[in-house]
Amino acid sequence: MYKFVTSRIQSYSRLYAFQRSMSSSSAEKPIEGAIRTKLQELNPSHLDILNESYMHNVPKGAETHFKVIVVSEKFNGQPLIKRHRMVNELLQTELQNGVHALSIVAKTPDQWKDSSNVVEPSPACRGGFGK
Amino acid sequence: MFGMTAARFALTIRTFASKADKIGNLVKQNKVVVFMKGVPEAPKCGFSNAVVQIMRMHGVEYDAHDVLQDDDLRQGIKDFTNWPTIPQVFINGEFVGGCDIMLQMHQNGELIKELKKVGIVSSLLEKEKVSSTAASEESKK
Repeated sequence: MYKFVTSRIQSYSRLYAFQRSMSSSSAEKPIEGAIRTKLQELNPSHLDILNESYMHNVPKGAETHFKVIVVSEKFNGQPLIKRHRMVNELLQTELQNGVHALSIVAKTPDQWKDSSNVVEPSPACRGGFGK
Repeated sequence: MFGMTAARFALTIRTFASKADKIGNLVKQNKVVVFMKGVPEAPKCGFSNAVVQIMRMHGVEYDAHDVLQDDDLRQGIKDFTNWPTIPQVFINGEFVGGCDIMLQMHQNGELIKELKKVGIVSSLLEKEKVSSTAASEESKK
């Protein structure tokens, strides 16, 4: 119990410190901010973070469903599954604490240049969330 | 006290191992195995539904397991693959990916190749064959 409380306090103080370091608008989106910060590890030449939570049965402003578009040199020569694992690993904490769905588009700069740069939204929710 | 902790620890390990064994067997029960939310006739998540639709387009018969019916399975499959989300697709007992990866493999033709490797002819391929035969007959005329 003590350990649990301590870790809670630590994570709250971390969160608070993080929020203070961000501008007021991103302070309202702590998870999105954390995702953005953590994905910098991949040194992305392009990074989009879409909060798709509004498509689901969650309160307004919730941060539960995300889609990330990451373009990085680090994906060169890596199969898709490896690229997804790289992203998942960086966002492990978020995925274990409230982020329920994460859709990933992971491209190399060459692939991004060749693509239409159009990213489809995720499929419609079918009501399973919340179980 | 220590004995009890050790025993509990051993039990945890054993439960974990047997869970992994169970899933290890499940994924080999069919050439294609899908862990999803809901059932193919009524998926309960857009991502699971997308995988079902892809499989339907390719005419693939597969085993489907509804993780919403079994919390142990829901967590167990994530531990087994070290993959945080559902759905999860296995081909020939091997984890291939989730919805995003299936969608991309469907779009770039890789799925047809992977299915072929395990002896499944995608019905998209058959349709293509029919239409290309029709086209060549058309050109003969």
